[in-house]
Amino acid sequence: MKILAFAEQHDGKFKKVAFEVAHAAAQLAGQLGAEAVAVVIGKGVEKIAPELGGYGIQKVYAADDDRLALYSSTAYGKVLANAAESLSLDVILLPASAMGKDLGARVAAKLKAGLAADCIALRGEGGSILATRPVYAGKALIDLKVNSPKKVFTLRPNVFSPGSANGLPASVEKLSLNLQDSDFSSKVTAVSIAKAGRPDLTEADIIVSGGRGLGAPENFKMIEELADVFGAAVGASRAVVDAGWRPHDDQVGQTGKTVSPSLYVAVAISGAIQHLAGMSSSKYIVAINKDKDAPIFQIADYGIVGDAFEVVPELTAQMKKALGKD
Amino acid sequence: MKLFVCVNQVPDTETRVKVGQDGKTIDRSEINLILNPYDEFAVEAALQLKDKNGGEVTYVSVGRDSNKEVLRKALAMGGDKGILVKTDSVGDSYSVASMIASALKDSGADMIFFGKQSIDYDDSAIGTMVAEMLGLPSASVVVKLDVDEGAKKVVCEREIEGGKETVEMTIPCVITAQKGLNEPRYPSLKGIMAAKSKPIQEVTPSAVDSLVEVTEMRKPPAKQAGKILGTDKTAVPELVRLLHEEAKVI
Repeated sequence: MKILAFAEQHDGKFKKVAFEVAHAAAQLAGQLGAEAVAVVIGKGVEKIAPELGGYGIQKVYAADDDRLALYSSTAYGKVLANAAESLSLDVILLPASAMGKDLGARVAAKLKAGLAADCIALRGEGGSILATRPVYAGKALIDLKVNSPKKVFTLRPNVFSPGSANGLPASVEKLSLNLQDSDFSSKVTAVSIAKAGRPDLTEADIIVSGGRGLGAPENFKMIEELADVFGAAVGASRAVVDAGWRPHDDQVGQTGKTVSPSLYVAVAISGAIQHLAGMSSSKYIVAINKDKDAPIFQIADYGIVGDAFEVVPELTAQMKKALGKD
Repeated sequence: MKLFVCVNQVPDTETRVKVGQDGKTIDRSEINLILNPYDEFAVEAALQLKDKNGGEVTYVSVGRDSNKEVLRKALAMGGDKGILVKTDSVGDSYSVASMIASALKDSGADMIFFGKQSIDYDDSAIGTMVAEMLGLPSASVVVKLDVDEGAKKVVCEREIEGGKETVEMTIPCVITAQKGLNEPRYPSLKGIMAAKSKPIQEVTPSAVDSLVEVTEMRKPPAKQAGKILGTDKTAVPELVRLLHEEAKVI
């Protein structure tokens, strides 16, 4: 059995999820007595490919082509599925990122492979792979097995350890591609990154979220200031997004993002069940709310039953001091 | 244009999930079923195109007889007819996508819309799988859509981590809709009445086996309520200390 790790990169730089997936593939290979290799797709990727060696991958196949500089569901799908076929790679691991979810679905359909999406644990046992994943936005967990010959798994970002880069550089082999114009029937023509400086919710190690209890959109400034001290992403409850205070992509919860940061700070969020579903797998939860009966306190590790307008600026000030940022 | 929207019936977001007797699926008693929230954006997108360019909107749902409720809900918002791909055994994304692809392969669809994910199994996969099975281009998690029917060209924006990607495609194609794409309309009373007489065709799919097998479903380990550190800002130093020394997150 051979395991393929899809190593996501943008602009010639690996995403953190690439290392998480590479390391998970290497660990799974160890448990199964199998071999793990990586595939990287893009422009100018041949020269970054050796980096993956640090994360337990010895061999990287590079699909390096100017036309692959930006994502194309159809062309990336063809390249990855062809690599899996021609190199007899039966198990394909991708990140459950915007790119990985799209590409994973396309490749699974192409290869008639079962898809286990958004996995939070993978275990190789007696030659088979058991995956665990949340469903119903984390209200339940399932264990599952993929029974088709080819198997696709997407891995939730921020859950699998990337390990530490200490291996030798990987050897790189360039894939020969046979791409036609018709393979690009869907293609990305431009990318705009909106919030430079702050991490994305799904990738962030720390998230500071605000809720309706903040009273007005301008009071999110306080949330942003705290987030910036932590180097955190800013999140919001559905009520706040529906009220138009924050953009849709800030929403945490069942109809927003499901997140698993190391620390989630919920400010003036009462904790509706659909919000809790999206963030309760965070490692540590801090709740600041003046209502002592707010459901958020049921799952918070540390709570302050108090006025956010008093507590949050104080927390920001003390954190600045603690981190030597003042 | 021939427009199709695939819709699903899911437990509403307020549902407290209980594991069913089989230990592999949820207990479906006492749950309120709704149209998958993301599908509403897909429905609205198709209806706006019909409003602008004319054409026909057909809804497709795979599942039990009760899925007719979500077909009726969508028909109450607008559109022309529904297709229920009737099966009691709804399997994994691959099997559902296969059934949709078979139902649509000779449909002459110009555009097929999905919600970006179904809020039950959260795979975010079926739309893109259907596209691949039908040999069509696709864009997932779309928040902005521009369709040039004459030029058979679609330009849209999809959400990625921290930003957006502009995607260009040719028609026919598949779109999966994200919140923010539009503001779904509410069904009017007239719409609800009209929906009752719109046709819903039932088709029986040939069986497609699930490629994925659920071996166990369980509730996540319950989080214990932690410590209340205080009732005002004097609790902040203790919070900072705990984050540093106990949680070790800073």
